[in-house]
Amino acid sequence: MGKMATRESYGKALAEFGSDERIVVFDADLSKSTYTVTFKKVFPERHFNMGIAEGNMMSVAAGMATTGKICFASTFAIFAAERALEQVRNSIGYPHLNVKVCATHAGITVGEDGASHQCVEDLAIMRAIPGMTVVQPCDGASTRAAIKAAIDTYGPFYVRLGRLAVENVYGEYGDEIPFTIGKANLLRNGKDVTIIATGLMVQQSLAAAKILEAEGVTARVLDMHTIKPIDREAIVAASRETGAVVTAEEHNILGGLGGAVAEVLSEEAPCVLRRVGVRDLFGQSGKPQALIELYGLTPEDVAAAARSAVAAK
Amino acid sequence: MNKETETRLKLYAVRMRKLILEGIYRAQSGHPGGSLSCTDILAYLYGEKMRVNPEKPEDPDRDHFVLSKGHCAPALYSALALRGFFAPDELDGLRSCGSMLQGHPCMSHIPGVDMSTGSLGQGIATAVGMAMAGKLDNKTYRVFSVLGDGELQEGEVWEASMAAAHYKLDNLTAFVDFNGLQIDGPNETVMGLGSIPDKFRAFGWHVIEIDGHSFPEIEAAVTEAEGVKGQPTMIIAHTHKGMGVSFMKDQAGWHGAAPNTEQYETAIAELNAVLSALEV
Ligand SMILES: Cc1ncc(C[n+]2csc(CCOP(=O)(O)OP(=O)(O)O)c2C)c(N)n1
Ligand SMILES: [Mg+2]
Repeated sequence: MGKMATRESYGKALAEFGSDERIVVFDADLSKSTYTVTFKKVFPERHFNMGIAEGNMMSVAAGMATTGKICFASTFAIFAAERALEQVRNSIGYPHLNVKVCATHAGITVGEDGASHQCVEDLAIMRAIPGMTVVQPCDGASTRAAIKAAIDTYGPFYVRLGRLAVENVYGEYGDEIPFTIGKANLLRNGKDVTIIATGLMVQQSLAAAKILEAEGVTARVLDMHTIKPIDREAIVAASRETGAVVTAEEHNILGGLGGAVAEVLSEEAPCVLRRVGVRDLFGQSGKPQALIELYGLTPEDVAAAARSAVAAK
Repeated sequence: MNKETETRLKLYAVRMRKLILEGIYRAQSGHPGGSLSCTDILAYLYGEKMRVNPEKPEDPDRDHFVLSKGHCAPALYSALALRGFFAPDELDGLRSCGSMLQGHPCMSHIPGVDMSTGSLGQGIATAVGMAMAGKLDNKTYRVFSVLGDGELQEGEVWEASMAAAHYKLDNLTAFVDFNGLQIDGPNETVMGLGSIPDKFRAFGWHVIEIDGHSFPEIEAAVTEAEGVKGQPTMIIAHTHKGMGVSFMKDQAGWHGAAPNTEQYETAIAELNAVLSALEV
Protein backbone atom coordinates (compact mmCIF):
# COMPACT_ATOMS: atom_id res chain seq x y z
CA MET A 1 0.00 0.00 0.00
CA GLY A 2 1.27 3.43 -0.91
CA LYS A 3 1.65 6.28 1.49
CA MET A 4 1.16 10.01 1.06
CA ALA A 5 0.27 12.91 3.30
CA THR A 6 -3.15 14.40 2.58
CA ARG A 7 -1.48 17.85 2.26
CA GLU A 8 0.62 16.50 -0.59
CA SER A 9 -2.44 15.04 -2.32
CA TYR A 10 -4.10 18.42 -1.87
CA GLY A 11 -1.31 20.15 -3.83
CA LYS A 12 -1.59 17.52 -6.56
CA ALA A 13 -5.35 17.95 -6.76
CA LEU A 14 -5.04 21.73 -7.06
CA ALA A 15 -2.61 21.28 -9.93
CA GLU A 16 -4.79 18.59 -11.54
CA PHE A 17 -8.01 20.63 -11.45
CA GLY A 18 -6.32 24.02 -11.71
CA SER A 19 -6.93 24.46 -15.43
CA ASP A 20 -10.35 25.77 -14.37
CA GLU A 21 -9.48 29.45 -14.56
CA ARG A 22 -11.87 30.40 -11.79
CA ILE A 23 -9.50 28.73 -9.31
CA VAL A 24 -7.18 31.03 -7.37
CA VAL A 25 -4.87 29.85 -4.58
CA PHE A 26 -3.61 31.85 -1.59
CA ASP A 27 -0.86 30.95 0.85
CA ALA A 28 0.80 32.61 3.84
CA ASP A 29 4.54 31.87 3.58
CA LEU A 30 4.07 28.12 3.92
CA SER A 31 3.61 27.06 0.31
CA LYS A 32 6.12 24.20 0.50
CA SER A 33 4.54 22.84 3.67
CA THR A 34 0.95 23.18 2.46
CA TYR A 35 1.98 21.99 -1.03
CA THR A 36 0.19 24.85 -2.76
CA VAL A 37 3.60 25.21 -4.41
CA THR A 38 2.59 22.22 -6.60
CA PHE A 39 -0.19 24.39 -8.05
CA LYS A 40 2.12 27.41 -8.25
CA LYS A 41 4.53 25.50 -10.49
CA VAL A 42 1.79 24.98 -13.09
CA PHE A 43 -0.29 28.14 -12.64
CA PRO A 44 2.01 30.79 -11.12
CA GLU A 45 -0.25 33.66 -12.21
CA ARG A 46 -3.10 32.34 -10.06
CA HIS A 47 -1.06 31.67 -6.90
CA PHE A 48 -0.70 34.52 -4.42
CA ASN A 49 1.65 34.49 -1.46
CA MET A 50 0.12 36.86 1.07
CA GLY A 51 3.04 36.74 3.49
CA ILE A 52 2.71 35.87 7.17
CA ALA A 53 -0.71 37.52 7.46
CA GLU A 54 -3.40 34.87 7.69
CA GLY A 55 -6.30 37.10 8.71
CA ASN A 56 -5.69 39.36 5.75
CA MET A 57 -5.35 36.35 3.45
CA MET A 58 -8.85 35.13 4.38
CA SER A 59 -10.46 38.52 3.80
CA VAL A 60 -8.63 39.02 0.49
CA ALA A 61 -9.80 35.57 -0.63
CA ALA A 62 -13.34 36.54 0.37
CA GLY A 63 -13.14 39.72 -1.68
CA MET A 64 -11.88 37.86 -4.69
CA ALA A 65 -14.62 35.25 -4.31
CA THR A 66 -17.26 37.99 -4.64
CA THR A 67 -16.15 38.33 -8.30
CA GLY A 68 -16.92 34.68 -9.10
CA LYS A 69 -13.55 33.09 -8.40
CA ILE A 70 -13.19 29.80 -6.54
CA CYS A 71 -10.65 30.70 -3.87
CA PHE A 72 -8.46 28.26 -1.99
CA ALA A 73 -6.67 29.67 1.06
CA SER A 74 -4.08 27.56 2.85
CA THR A 75 -1.94 27.70 5.94
CA PHE A 76 -1.53 25.49 9.02
CA ALA A 77 -4.84 24.58 10.71
CA ILE A 78 -3.97 26.51 13.86
CA PHE A 79 -3.61 29.73 11.86
CA ALA A 80 -6.49 29.09 9.44
CA ALA A 81 -9.11 28.05 11.96
CA GLU A 82 -7.97 30.07 14.95
CA ARG A 83 -5.67 32.97 14.06
CA ALA A 84 -7.94 33.96 11.19
CA LEU A 85 -11.18 32.66 12.66
CA GLU A 86 -13.09 35.89 12.83
CA GLN A 87 -12.23 36.74 9.22
CA VAL A 88 -13.34 33.26 8.17
CA ARG A 89 -16.56 33.67 10.10
CA ASN A 90 -17.50 37.21 9.12
CA SER A 91 -15.96 37.67 5.66
CA ILE A 92 -16.37 34.12 4.32
CA GLY A 93 -19.03 32.35 6.41
CA TYR A 94 -21.57 35.11 6.93
CA PRO A 95 -21.71 36.22 3.25
CA HIS A 96 -21.51 32.51 2.29
CA LEU A 97 -18.69 33.02 -0.18
CA ASN A 98 -16.95 30.46 -2.32
CA VAL A 99 -13.74 30.18 -0.32
CA LYS A 100 -12.21 26.82 0.47
CA VAL A 101 -10.09 27.09 3.60
CA CYS A 102 -7.69 24.17 3.21
CA ALA A 103 -5.79 23.78 6.43
CA THR A 104 -2.78 21.50 6.72
CA HIS A 105 -0.84 20.31 9.79
CA ALA A 106 -4.00 19.58 11.78
CA GLY A 107 -3.84 17.55 14.97
CA ILE A 108 -1.00 16.35 17.15
CA THR A 109 0.87 14.51 14.40
CA VAL A 110 2.41 17.87 13.52
CA GLY A 111 4.95 16.40 15.93
CA GLU A 112 8.06 18.28 17.03
CA ASP A 113 6.71 21.83 16.66
CA GLY A 114 4.59 21.18 19.73
CA ALA A 115 1.35 22.50 21.20
CA SER A 116 1.49 25.99 19.68
CA HIS A 117 1.20 24.42 16.23
CA GLN A 118 -1.00 21.40 16.99
CA CYS A 119 -4.59 22.29 16.27
CA VAL A 120 -7.07 20.06 18.13
CA GLU A 121 -10.03 22.45 18.17
CA ASP A 122 -10.69 23.28 14.52
CA LEU A 123 -13.47 20.79 13.81
CA ALA A 124 -15.45 22.09 16.78
CA ILE A 125 -14.89 25.71 15.77
CA MET A 126 -15.55 25.38 12.06
CA ARG A 127 -18.58 23.19 12.61
CA ALA A 128 -20.19 25.98 14.61
CA ILE A 129 -20.11 28.44 11.70
CA PRO A 130 -23.49 28.41 9.92
CA GLY A 131 -23.27 27.16 6.34
CA MET A 132 -19.68 25.94 6.58
CA THR A 133 -19.04 22.51 5.07
CA VAL A 134 -16.36 20.68 7.07
CA VAL A 135 -14.44 17.84 5.43
CA GLN A 136 -11.50 15.69 6.50
CA PRO A 137 -10.26 13.14 3.96
CA CYS A 138 -8.12 10.25 5.16
CA ASP A 139 -5.86 9.47 2.17
CA GLY A 140 -4.76 10.56 -1.28
CA ALA A 141 -7.71 9.33 -3.30
CA SER A 142 -10.25 10.80 -0.87
CA THR A 143 -8.37 14.10 -0.70
CA ARG A 144 -8.55 14.35 -4.47
CA ALA A 145 -12.27 13.57 -4.30
CA ALA A 146 -12.81 16.13 -1.53
CA ILE A 147 -11.07 18.88 -3.50
CA LYS A 148 -13.08 17.99 -6.59
CA ALA A 149 -16.28 18.18 -4.51
CA ALA A 150 -15.19 21.51 -3.02
CA ILE A 151 -14.72 22.93 -6.52
CA ASP A 152 -18.07 21.59 -7.70
CA THR A 153 -20.04 22.70 -4.63
CA TYR A 154 -20.64 26.41 -4.13
CA GLY A 155 -20.00 27.83 -0.65
CA PRO A 156 -17.49 27.97 2.16
CA PHE A 157 -15.54 24.81 2.97
CA TYR A 158 -13.08 23.89 5.68
CA VAL A 159 -10.88 21.02 4.55
CA ARG A 160 -8.71 19.50 7.27
CA LEU A 161 -5.42 17.99 6.10
CA GLY A 162 -2.48 16.32 7.81
CA ARG A 163 1.28 16.63 7.82
CA LEU A 164 2.07 12.95 8.21
CA ALA A 165 2.29 10.46 5.33
CA VAL A 166 -0.61 8.04 5.75
CA GLU A 167 -1.45 4.71 4.15
CA ASN A 168 -3.92 4.55 1.30
CA VAL A 169 -7.38 3.42 2.30
CA TYR A 170 -9.17 3.69 -1.04
CA GLY A 171 -6.33 3.09 -3.49
CA GLU A 172 -3.80 5.33 -5.15
CA TYR A 173 -4.13 9.08 -5.63
CA GLY A 174 -6.08 9.49 -8.87
CA ASP A 175 -8.32 6.47 -8.39
CA GLU A 176 -12.00 7.39 -8.71
CA ILE A 177 -13.76 6.54 -5.47
CA PRO A 178 -17.30 6.92 -4.15
CA PHE A 179 -17.35 10.26 -2.36
CA THR A 180 -20.42 12.35 -1.64
CA ILE A 181 -20.34 15.33 0.71
CA GLY A 182 -22.41 14.46 3.76
CA LYS A 183 -22.41 10.71 3.09
CA ALA A 184 -20.20 8.46 5.22
CA ASN A 185 -18.32 5.66 3.47
CA LEU A 186 -18.82 2.17 4.80
CA LEU A 187 -15.37 0.56 4.82
CA ARG A 188 -16.14 -2.63 6.70
CA ASN A 189 -19.33 -4.13 7.98
CA GLY A 190 -19.94 -5.64 11.39
CA LYS A 191 -22.71 -6.24 13.86
CA ASP A 192 -21.31 -5.72 17.35
CA VAL A 193 -20.16 -2.11 17.30
CA THR A 194 -19.66 0.76 14.83
CA ILE A 195 -16.44 2.75 14.74
CA ILE A 196 -16.99 6.16 13.18
CA ALA A 197 -13.65 7.67 12.25
CA THR A 198 -12.25 10.66 10.43
CA GLY A 199 -8.82 11.58 9.05
CA LEU A 200 -5.93 9.33 9.97
CA MET A 201 -8.07 7.67 12.63
CA VAL A 202 -9.74 5.82 9.75
CA GLN A 203 -6.55 3.79 9.26
CA GLN A 204 -6.25 3.27 13.02
CA SER A 205 -9.88 2.13 13.19
CA LEU A 206 -9.50 -0.36 10.35
CA ALA A 207 -6.55 -1.84 12.24
CA ALA A 208 -8.63 -1.85 15.42
CA ALA A 209 -11.38 -3.77 13.63
CA LYS A 210 -8.84 -6.47 12.78
CA ILE A 211 -7.76 -6.71 16.42
CA LEU A 212 -11.41 -7.03 17.45
CA GLU A 213 -12.18 -9.60 14.81
CA ALA A 214 -9.52 -11.90 16.25
CA GLU A 215 -11.45 -11.65 19.53
CA GLY A 216 -14.76 -12.49 17.89
CA VAL A 217 -16.10 -8.93 17.86
CA THR A 218 -17.16 -7.64 14.47
CA ALA A 219 -16.93 -3.90 13.97
CA ARG A 220 -18.53 -1.74 11.31
CA VAL A 221 -16.13 1.01 10.25
CA LEU A 222 -17.40 4.26 8.75
CA ASP A 223 -15.18 6.94 7.20
CA MET A 224 -16.97 10.09 8.29
CA HIS A 225 -15.08 12.34 5.89
CA THR A 226 -17.75 15.03 6.16
CA ILE A 227 -18.12 16.35 9.69
CA LYS A 228 -20.69 18.87 8.55
CA PRO A 229 -23.30 18.24 7.29
CA ILE A 230 -22.97 15.03 9.29
CA ASP A 231 -24.50 11.81 7.91
CA ARG A 232 -27.35 11.43 10.42
CA GLU A 233 -28.76 8.42 8.62
CA ALA A 234 -25.55 6.42 8.92
CA ILE A 235 -25.24 7.29 12.61
CA VAL A 236 -28.80 6.30 13.40
CA ALA A 237 -28.40 3.06 11.45
CA ALA A 238 -25.19 2.32 13.37
CA SER A 239 -27.01 2.75 16.65
CA ARG A 240 -30.02 0.66 15.65
CA GLU A 241 -28.05 -2.10 13.94
CA THR A 242 -24.97 -2.45 16.14
CA GLY A 243 -26.14 -0.93 19.43
CA ALA A 244 -22.77 0.65 20.27
CA VAL A 245 -20.73 3.44 18.73
CA VAL A 246 -17.10 4.55 19.04
CA THR A 247 -15.89 7.80 17.50
CA ALA A 248 -12.23 8.28 16.59
CA GLU A 249 -10.63 11.60 15.70
CA GLU A 250 -7.26 13.33 15.99
CA HIS A 251 -8.95 16.24 17.72
CA ASN A 252 -10.28 17.18 21.11
CA ILE A 253 -13.10 14.81 22.07
CA LEU A 254 -15.12 17.97 22.75
CA GLY A 255 -17.11 19.43 19.91
CA GLY A 256 -15.64 17.62 16.90
CA LEU A 257 -16.66 14.30 15.41
CA GLY A 258 -17.41 12.83 18.85
CA GLY A 259 -19.55 15.82 19.69
CA ALA A 260 -21.39 15.74 16.37
CA VAL A 261 -22.14 12.01 16.66
CA ALA A 262 -23.25 12.39 20.30
CA GLU A 263 -25.70 15.10 19.26
CA VAL A 264 -27.31 12.89 16.62
CA LEU A 265 -27.41 9.81 18.85
CA SER A 266 -28.97 11.57 21.81
CA GLU A 267 -31.61 13.23 19.64
CA GLU A 268 -32.50 10.30 17.44
CA ALA A 269 -31.20 6.94 18.60
CA PRO A 270 -29.45 6.81 21.97
CA CYS A 271 -26.92 4.00 22.45
CA VAL A 272 -23.62 3.38 24.19
CA LEU A 273 -20.97 5.81 22.97
CA ARG A 274 -17.20 5.98 23.53
CA ARG A 275 -15.12 8.83 22.14
CA VAL A 276 -11.48 8.28 21.17
CA GLY A 277 -9.52 11.50 20.70
CA VAL A 278 -7.39 14.02 22.53
CA ARG A 279 -8.89 14.18 25.99
CA ASP A 280 -9.17 17.95 26.40
CA LEU A 281 -5.40 18.47 26.51
CA PHE A 282 -2.91 20.56 24.60
CA GLY A 283 -0.40 18.63 22.54
CA GLN A 284 3.37 18.65 23.03
CA SER A 285 6.60 18.15 21.11
CA GLY A 286 7.60 14.67 20.06
CA LYS A 287 7.74 12.28 17.14
CA PRO A 288 4.27 11.80 15.64
CA GLN A 289 4.14 8.09 16.50
CA ALA A 290 5.20 8.74 20.10
CA LEU A 291 2.42 11.32 20.40
CA ILE A 292 -0.15 8.97 18.90
CA GLU A 293 0.73 6.56 21.69
CA LEU A 294 0.86 9.17 24.43
CA TYR A 295 -2.50 10.66 23.51
CA GLY A 296 -4.27 7.33 23.13
CA LEU A 297 -4.85 7.26 19.38
CA THR A 298 -3.46 3.81 18.53
CA PRO A 299 -5.50 0.94 17.03
CA GLU A 300 -5.30 -0.71 20.45
CA ASP A 301 -6.87 2.40 22.05
CA VAL A 302 -9.72 2.28 19.54
CA ALA A 303 -10.16 -1.44 20.13
CA ALA A 304 -10.24 -0.90 23.90
CA ALA A 305 -12.95 1.74 23.50
CA ALA A 306 -14.92 -0.68 21.33
CA ARG A 307 -14.61 -3.46 23.91
CA SER A 308 -15.79 -1.10 26.60
CA ALA A 309 -18.76 -0.02 24.47
CA VAL A 310 -19.74 -3.59 23.67
CA ALA A 311 -19.50 -4.57 27.34
CA ALA A 312 -21.78 -1.68 28.32
CA LYS A 313 -24.54 -2.58 25.83
CA MET B 1 32.57 47.88 25.27
CA ASN B 2 35.97 46.67 26.42
CA LYS B 3 37.80 43.84 24.67
CA GLU B 4 37.41 41.50 27.63
CA THR B 5 33.61 41.79 27.66
CA GLU B 6 33.46 41.44 23.91
CA THR B 7 35.53 38.25 24.01
CA ARG B 8 33.38 36.86 26.82
CA LEU B 9 30.22 37.54 24.79
CA LYS B 10 31.73 36.01 21.68
CA LEU B 11 32.43 32.89 23.70
CA TYR B 12 28.88 32.91 25.04
CA ALA B 13 27.56 33.19 21.49
CA VAL B 14 29.69 30.43 20.01
CA ARG B 15 28.68 28.11 22.87
CA MET B 16 25.06 29.01 22.19
CA ARG B 17 25.51 28.20 18.52
CA LYS B 18 26.94 24.79 19.39
CA LEU B 19 24.01 24.01 21.70
CA ILE B 20 21.50 25.18 19.08
CA LEU B 21 22.99 22.86 16.47
CA GLU B 22 23.34 19.95 18.88
CA GLY B 23 19.70 20.22 19.92
CA ILE B 24 18.38 20.50 16.38
CA TYR B 25 20.67 17.74 15.13
CA ARG B 26 19.55 15.31 17.83
CA ALA B 27 15.88 16.18 17.31
CA GLN B 28 16.36 16.09 13.53
CA SER B 29 13.89 18.95 13.59
CA GLY B 30 13.90 22.67 14.30
CA HIS B 31 14.88 26.08 12.93
CA PRO B 32 18.63 26.68 12.72
CA GLY B 33 18.62 29.67 10.33
CA GLY B 34 16.74 32.18 12.45
CA SER B 35 18.16 30.81 15.72
CA LEU B 36 21.68 31.53 14.52
CA SER B 37 20.77 35.01 13.25
CA CYS B 38 19.50 36.21 16.64
CA THR B 39 22.16 34.44 18.71
CA ASP B 40 24.37 37.49 19.22
CA ILE B 41 21.45 39.65 20.34
CA LEU B 42 20.41 37.01 22.89
CA ALA B 43 24.02 36.46 23.96
CA TYR B 44 24.28 40.17 24.78
CA LEU B 45 20.92 40.26 26.59
CA TYR B 46 21.44 37.12 28.69
CA GLY B 47 25.22 37.20 28.86
CA GLU B 48 25.53 40.85 29.84
CA LYS B 49 22.50 43.04 30.02
CA MET B 50 19.41 41.59 31.59
CA ARG B 51 18.83 41.63 35.33
CA VAL B 52 17.56 38.07 35.78
CA ASN B 53 18.24 35.52 38.48
CA PRO B 54 18.33 31.79 37.72
CA GLU B 55 17.66 31.15 41.42
CA LYS B 56 14.51 33.24 41.21
CA PRO B 57 13.27 33.02 37.63
CA GLU B 58 9.92 34.62 38.45
CA ASP B 59 11.30 37.58 40.40
CA PRO B 60 8.71 40.31 39.74
CA ASP B 61 11.46 42.91 39.41
CA ARG B 62 13.44 41.05 36.77
CA ASP B 63 13.92 42.31 33.25
CA HIS B 64 11.50 40.54 30.93
CA PHE B 65 12.12 38.98 27.54
CA VAL B 66 9.72 37.77 24.85
CA LEU B 67 10.96 35.81 21.86
CA SER B 68 8.27 36.95 19.48
CA LYS B 69 9.81 34.81 16.70
CA GLY B 70 9.15 31.75 18.84
CA HIS B 71 10.39 29.21 16.30
CA CYS B 72 13.92 30.28 17.31
CA ALA B 73 13.42 28.69 20.73
CA PRO B 74 16.80 26.90 20.60
CA ALA B 75 18.51 30.31 20.73
CA LEU B 76 16.54 31.27 23.83
CA TYR B 77 17.05 27.87 25.47
CA SER B 78 20.80 27.94 24.92
CA ALA B 79 21.03 31.51 26.26
CA LEU B 80 19.05 30.50 29.36
CA ALA B 81 21.10 27.34 29.88
CA LEU B 82 24.39 29.25 29.73
CA ARG B 83 23.01 31.78 32.19
CA GLY B 84 22.29 28.91 34.59
CA PHE B 85 18.51 28.50 34.36
CA PHE B 86 18.92 24.81 33.57
CA ALA B 87 21.65 22.37 32.52
CA PRO B 88 22.91 22.78 28.94
CA ASP B 89 22.37 19.06 28.34
CA GLU B 90 18.62 19.66 28.58
CA LEU B 91 19.03 20.66 24.94
CA ASP B 92 19.70 16.99 24.16
CA GLY B 93 15.97 16.41 24.60
CA LEU B 94 14.88 19.38 22.51
CA ARG B 95 11.54 18.73 20.77
CA SER B 96 11.26 15.17 22.06
CA CYS B 97 8.43 13.57 23.98
CA GLY B 98 8.65 14.26 27.70
CA SER B 99 11.32 16.97 27.47
CA MET B 100 10.50 20.36 28.96
CA LEU B 101 12.15 21.99 25.93
CA GLN B 102 9.15 22.25 23.64
CA GLY B 103 9.51 23.12 19.97
CA HIS B 104 8.33 26.63 20.80
CA PRO B 105 8.90 28.49 24.09
CA CYS B 106 6.54 27.38 26.83
CA MET B 107 6.37 29.48 29.99
CA SER B 108 4.50 26.84 32.00
CA HIS B 109 7.35 24.35 31.91
CA ILE B 110 10.63 26.13 31.28
CA PRO B 111 12.36 28.24 33.94
CA GLY B 112 13.34 31.64 32.60
CA VAL B 113 10.85 31.68 29.73
CA ASP B 114 8.64 34.72 30.35
CA MET B 115 6.06 34.08 27.63
CA SER B 116 4.84 31.19 25.50
CA THR B 117 5.21 32.07 21.83
CA GLY B 118 5.24 30.42 18.42
CA SER B 119 2.35 32.13 16.68
CA LEU B 120 4.07 35.04 14.96
CA GLY B 121 2.94 38.56 15.78
CA GLN B 122 1.58 37.83 19.23
CA GLY B 123 4.81 37.94 21.23
CA ILE B 124 5.45 41.64 20.71
CA ALA B 125 1.90 42.39 21.86
CA THR B 126 2.49 40.45 25.07
CA ALA B 127 5.72 42.40 25.57
CA VAL B 128 3.64 45.58 25.31
CA GLY B 129 1.42 44.20 28.08
CA MET B 130 4.43 43.51 30.29
CA ALA B 131 5.77 47.01 29.69
CA MET B 132 2.38 48.56 30.48
CA ALA B 133 2.27 46.59 33.74
CA GLY B 134 5.74 47.90 34.57
CA LYS B 135 4.47 51.45 34.18
CA LEU B 136 1.32 50.73 36.18
CA ASP B 137 3.27 49.27 39.09
CA ASN B 138 6.18 51.74 38.93
CA LYS B 139 8.64 48.95 38.28
CA THR B 140 12.12 49.65 37.02
CA TYR B 141 12.32 46.48 34.97
CA ARG B 142 12.85 46.72 31.22
CA VAL B 143 11.13 44.57 28.62
CA PHE B 144 13.01 43.21 25.61
CA SER B 145 11.66 41.39 22.60
CA VAL B 146 13.00 39.99 19.33
CA LEU B 147 10.87 39.88 16.17
CA GLY B 148 11.51 38.31 12.79
CA ASP B 149 11.39 40.44 9.66
CA GLY B 150 8.85 38.10 8.05
CA GLU B 151 6.89 38.35 11.27
CA LEU B 152 6.40 42.06 10.58
CA GLN B 153 3.86 41.04 7.94
CA GLU B 154 1.41 40.16 10.70
CA GLY B 155 -1.01 43.03 11.28
CA GLU B 156 -0.84 42.44 15.02
CA VAL B 157 2.76 43.68 15.06
CA TRP B 158 1.49 47.08 13.94
CA GLU B 159 -1.42 47.07 16.34
CA ALA B 160 1.07 46.37 19.14
CA SER B 161 3.43 49.03 17.82
CA MET B 162 0.68 51.62 17.84
CA ALA B 163 -0.17 50.72 21.43
CA ALA B 164 3.47 50.84 22.54
CA ALA B 165 3.84 54.38 21.20
CA HIS B 166 0.42 55.46 22.47
CA TYR B 167 1.29 54.37 26.01
CA LYS B 168 4.79 55.87 25.71
CA LEU B 169 6.49 52.60 26.61
CA ASP B 170 10.08 53.79 27.00
CA ASN B 171 10.71 50.67 29.10
CA LEU B 172 10.28 48.54 25.97
CA THR B 173 13.20 47.79 23.66
CA ALA B 174 12.54 45.51 20.71
CA PHE B 175 14.75 44.14 17.96
CA VAL B 176 13.93 43.21 14.40
CA ASP B 177 16.19 40.32 13.41
CA PHE B 178 16.53 41.68 9.88
CA ASN B 179 17.99 38.70 8.04
CA GLY B 180 15.99 39.36 4.86
CA LEU B 181 14.60 35.82 4.62
CA GLN B 182 11.50 33.93 5.65
CA ILE B 183 10.23 30.44 4.71
CA ASP B 184 9.20 30.86 1.08
CA GLY B 185 12.25 33.02 0.25
CA PRO B 186 13.41 36.63 0.61
CA ASN B 187 10.93 38.96 2.35
CA GLU B 188 10.90 41.13 -0.74
CA THR B 189 9.60 38.35 -3.00
CA VAL B 190 7.10 36.91 -0.52
CA MET B 191 5.56 40.19 0.69
CA GLY B 192 7.61 43.36 0.41
CA LEU B 193 8.17 45.18 3.68
CA GLY B 194 9.24 48.55 2.28
CA SER B 195 11.31 50.64 4.65
CA ILE B 196 11.14 48.99 8.06
CA PRO B 197 12.84 51.92 9.89
CA ASP B 198 10.47 54.44 8.29
CA LYS B 199 7.47 52.33 9.20
CA PHE B 200 8.41 52.12 12.88
CA ARG B 201 9.26 55.84 12.95
CA ALA B 202 5.85 56.59 11.49
CA PHE B 203 4.35 54.46 14.26
CA GLY B 204 6.05 56.63 16.88
CA TRP B 205 9.06 54.53 17.80
CA HIS B 206 12.64 55.63 18.32
CA VAL B 207 14.56 53.66 15.68
CA ILE B 208 18.22 52.60 15.65
CA GLU B 209 19.91 50.55 12.92
CA ILE B 210 22.87 48.34 13.76
CA ASP B 211 24.93 45.35 12.70
CA GLY B 212 23.19 42.64 14.71
CA HIS B 213 26.37 40.59 14.99
CA SER B 214 28.46 43.38 16.56
CA PHE B 215 28.42 43.37 20.37
CA PRO B 216 29.64 46.98 20.68
CA GLU B 217 26.83 48.10 18.36
CA ILE B 218 24.20 46.03 20.18
CA GLU B 219 25.34 47.49 23.49
CA ALA B 220 25.42 51.07 22.22
CA ALA B 221 21.88 50.73 20.84
CA VAL B 222 20.46 49.19 24.01
CA THR B 223 22.12 51.94 26.07
CA GLU B 224 20.75 54.64 23.78
CA ALA B 225 17.26 53.11 24.14
CA GLU B 226 17.50 53.37 27.90
CA GLY B 227 18.01 57.11 27.57
CA VAL B 228 14.96 57.66 25.36
CA LYS B 229 11.98 59.12 27.20
CA GLY B 230 8.33 58.70 26.25
CA GLN B 231 8.90 56.37 23.29
CA PRO B 232 9.61 52.66 22.75
CA THR B 233 12.76 51.82 20.81
CA MET B 234 13.06 49.47 17.83
CA ILE B 235 16.56 48.28 17.05
CA ILE B 236 16.72 47.13 13.44
CA ALA B 237 19.50 44.57 13.60
CA HIS B 238 20.97 43.69 10.20
CA THR B 239 21.81 40.02 10.49
CA HIS B 240 22.54 36.90 8.48
CA LYS B 241 20.36 33.84 8.69
CA GLY B 242 22.50 30.84 9.65
CA MET B 243 25.32 33.09 10.96
CA GLY B 244 28.33 31.14 12.22
CA VAL B 245 27.96 28.12 9.95
CA SER B 246 29.34 28.82 6.49
CA PHE B 247 26.98 26.62 4.50
CA MET B 248 23.86 27.85 6.33
CA LYS B 249 24.63 31.54 5.98
CA ASP B 250 21.98 33.52 4.06
CA GLN B 251 20.26 30.33 2.87
CA ALA B 252 16.44 30.28 3.12
CA GLY B 253 16.59 26.49 2.87
CA TRP B 254 18.04 26.31 6.38
CA HIS B 255 15.03 28.04 7.91
CA GLY B 256 13.49 24.84 9.22
CA ALA B 257 15.79 21.98 8.28
CA ALA B 258 18.01 19.86 10.53
CA PRO B 259 21.59 19.03 9.48
CA ASN B 260 22.55 15.44 8.70
CA THR B 261 25.54 13.89 10.46
CA GLU B 262 28.12 15.10 7.99
CA GLN B 263 26.72 18.63 7.92
CA TYR B 264 26.49 18.66 11.70
CA GLU B 265 30.11 17.61 12.09
CA THR B 266 31.27 20.24 9.61
CA ALA B 267 29.30 22.92 11.44
CA ILE B 268 30.60 21.91 14.87
CA ALA B 269 34.18 21.81 13.55
CA GLU B 270 33.78 25.38 12.29
CA LEU B 271 32.41 26.52 15.64
CA ASN B 272 35.12 24.66 17.56
CA ALA B 273 37.75 26.47 15.53
CA VAL B 274 36.21 29.82 16.52
CA LEU B 275 35.98 28.65 20.11
CA SER B 276 39.62 27.66 20.41
CA ALA B 277 40.77 30.88 18.74
CA LEU B 278 38.78 32.83 21.36
CA GLU B 279 39.95 30.71 24.27
CA VAL B 280 43.65 31.46 23.80
C1 LIG C 1 1.03 33.24 12.81
C2 LIG C 1 2.04 32.34 12.21
N1 LIG C 1 1.98 32.06 10.90
C3 LIG C 1 2.86 31.21 10.34
C4 LIG C 1 3.83 30.63 11.10
C5 LIG C 1 4.79 29.61 10.48
N2 LIG C 1 6.13 30.18 10.40
C6 LIG C 1 7.10 29.86 11.30
S1 LIG C 1 8.53 30.67 11.04
C7 LIG C 1 7.90 31.47 9.69
C8 LIG C 1 8.75 32.43 8.93
C9 LIG C 1 9.29 33.49 9.83
O1 LIG C 1 10.14 34.36 9.15
P1 LIG C 1 10.92 35.46 9.96
O2 LIG C 1 9.97 36.19 10.85
O3 LIG C 1 11.68 36.29 9.01
O4 LIG C 1 11.85 34.60 10.92
P2 LIG C 1 13.42 34.27 10.81
O5 LIG C 1 13.89 34.61 9.44
O6 LIG C 1 14.08 35.13 11.82
O7 LIG C 1 13.55 32.82 11.14
C10 LIG C 1 6.57 31.08 9.46
C11 LIG C 1 5.73 31.56 8.35
C12 LIG C 1 3.86 30.94 12.48
N3 LIG C 1 4.76 30.39 13.32
N4 LIG C 1 2.98 31.81 13.00
MG1 LIG D 1 13.69 36.55 8.59
